[in-house]
Amino acid sequence: MKKLRSSIAYRNLCRRTGRSIALIILAAFLSFAIFAGTVAQHSLKSGLDSLQNRLGADIMVVPKQAAAHSDLENIVLQGNTGYFYMDEDAYEKIAQTEGIGQISAQFFLASASSGCCSIPVQLIGFEPETDFTITPWIRKSYDSTLNDMEVVVGNDLNAFVGDTLTFYNQDVHVAAKLDKTGTSLDTAVYMNHNTLKTLLQASLDLGMNYFSDIDPDRVVSCVLINVADGYSIEEVLNDINIHVRKVKAVQTRNMISGISGSLSGISNIITGLAVAIWVLALVILVIAFTMSANERKKEFAILRVSGASRKRLSRIVMQEAAMICFAGSVIGVVIGCLVMIPFGNFIETQLGMPYLTPDVPWIVVVAVISLVVSAVAGSLTSIVASRKISRMDTGLILREN
Amino acid sequence: MVLRAEKIQKDFLRKTKDSNVFTAVYETDFTLEPGKLTMLTGRSGSGKSTLVNMLSGLLAPTRGRVLFGEQDLYQLDDEALSRLRNQHFGFVPQGQSAIMSLNVTENILLPYSLYGDPAEGLAFAHELMERMDITQIADCMPAELSGGEMRRMSIARALIRKPEVIFADEPTGDLDDENTETVLQILKDIAKEGAAVLLVTHENAARDYADQIIEMSAGRIKSE
Repeated sequence: MKKLRSSIAYRNLCRRTGRSIALIILAAFLSFAIFAGTVAQHSLKSGLDSLQNRLGADIMVVPKQAAAHSDLENIVLQGNTGYFYMDEDAYEKIAQTEGIGQISAQFFLASASSGCCSIPVQLIGFEPETDFTITPWIRKSYDSTLNDMEVVVGNDLNAFVGDTLTFYNQDVHVAAKLDKTGTSLDTAVYMNHNTLKTLLQASLDLGMNYFSDIDPDRVVSCVLINVADGYSIEEVLNDINIHVRKVKAVQTRNMISGISGSLSGISNIITGLAVAIWVLALVILVIAFTMSANERKKEFAILRVSGASRKRLSRIVMQEAAMICFAGSVIGVVIGCLVMIPFGNFIETQLGMPYLTPDVPWIVVVAVISLVVSAVAGSLTSIVASRKISRMDTGLILREN
Repeated sequence: MVLRAEKIQKDFLRKTKDSNVFTAVYETDFTLEPGKLTMLTGRSGSGKSTLVNMLSGLLAPTRGRVLFGEQDLYQLDDEALSRLRNQHFGFVPQGQSAIMSLNVTENILLPYSLYGDPAEGLAFAHELMERMDITQIADCMPAELSGGEMRRMSIARALIRKPEVIFADEPTGDLDDENTETVLQILKDIAKEGAAVLLVTHENAARDYADQIIEMSAGRIKSE
């Protein structure tokens, strides 16, 4: 460290503080762009994967009035609160369709923002006996059976195990909090069918349900299906759409195709921005290092007559660039961490896309790679200056005074 | 050790009326002897600096060779030649010459920073600063120095390795009479102590200090 501090390269950087800080900031852009861009792209992809995993069914059947793609996407994917119902008879008819491997009903209810409810969220009820989409995921956080009037809350909700929440004046207890998925499912509350029926009835009693004439014991919101081996999803889906009235069966893969398309667009924009930042920053660094070396030609000539070899001169120029770019890269990565990790939820909200921040070991690896790549690429921009200095005509420079 | 040039010539590629080659220094023999201050004078463009650069190992001659003792400088690779220059040659460049980010002491110790440990030369650096009367500015940065102080610092840097050969290219170019005399006297004293000093100058005052005077004109040595 002492040797570094006494080096000519280090001393020169300290003497020109303003210029050095400006170049460090520029170098910070390099690592920030590569780190933040990679984390954002990975988070979006993880969010989408997580959403696909969480949906966990081949087919979703909903009442025809809710089948408009945007309605369904709003509730299931975007986290908007809403609800729709169909008669339980439809569920029974669907269950008789050939080629069904697993089938389970879900029940939706939106809590209100008025005094009867703690928070306005999407309430999702499921049948523990048949469920194959929510239960495996709840098992990761809660391995007991969910009793009546117990709920599991999504990771983004400000409620914790042991808390009591009120929905339509009914108290429910928080039994568990789920792991983060990076999707709208993080803002929902999950419960068994009985609990949801109780809340549904309470909402009807309070006159706060749009569907005033439904029987909570005879309705479901949607039916989730996994197709049995040997059957194609399209075949089963068409069968349901043809033979069961007033419902619409949709392939879950198609539901997220819109999001997948948007994700690809955002991903391209991020890549484009990162490339533009890199090109601009690298060009400016090349110019800055070359100008700086030109300004100090006489100093390099003095070093040369004092015994510095051409390689040594070249090394001094490269050392300065390396110090600048290393310091900048560290700062860029640190700022990247400070922006991308704590503000994951904010980015998710702003983008309106599933967004799952990667785990710490992955971030550390990307941070180290970003740092090394930026520091090396930035340092290489001094090659032009370094070659120029190492090839200079010392005698001519000394006479140029 | 004697520095000897044998039949050195330097040509540059440059389009002139008659040819594409411009000869800056015609075939020349030259010897720098220890203990002597040799003054090299001549008009601008006469080839003085080219000759000095060839002698000091900075510019390879087109023909001929430069021997330091028995070692042909231009048979050495750049690393070895640079090291030889660091340990055996001192160079006082024309104009203001300082590494602006280093203070006076660090500038003087620069040759030690390149090869070795600056601490090794510290005591001698103090001795030189005393001799050059710049002790009081030891910790100052070059931007704070006057022209004369900067030049004395530059001479101290050239002497720090106790070199056998000193090249001083117009060391009094922009100095007043008092500083000019001081610098010339220092160079004379160094020669007396055994170094071979080559002084390139237009100063007539330098004639009084020189042991031999060489004049160059149009790339040729006219008189010795």
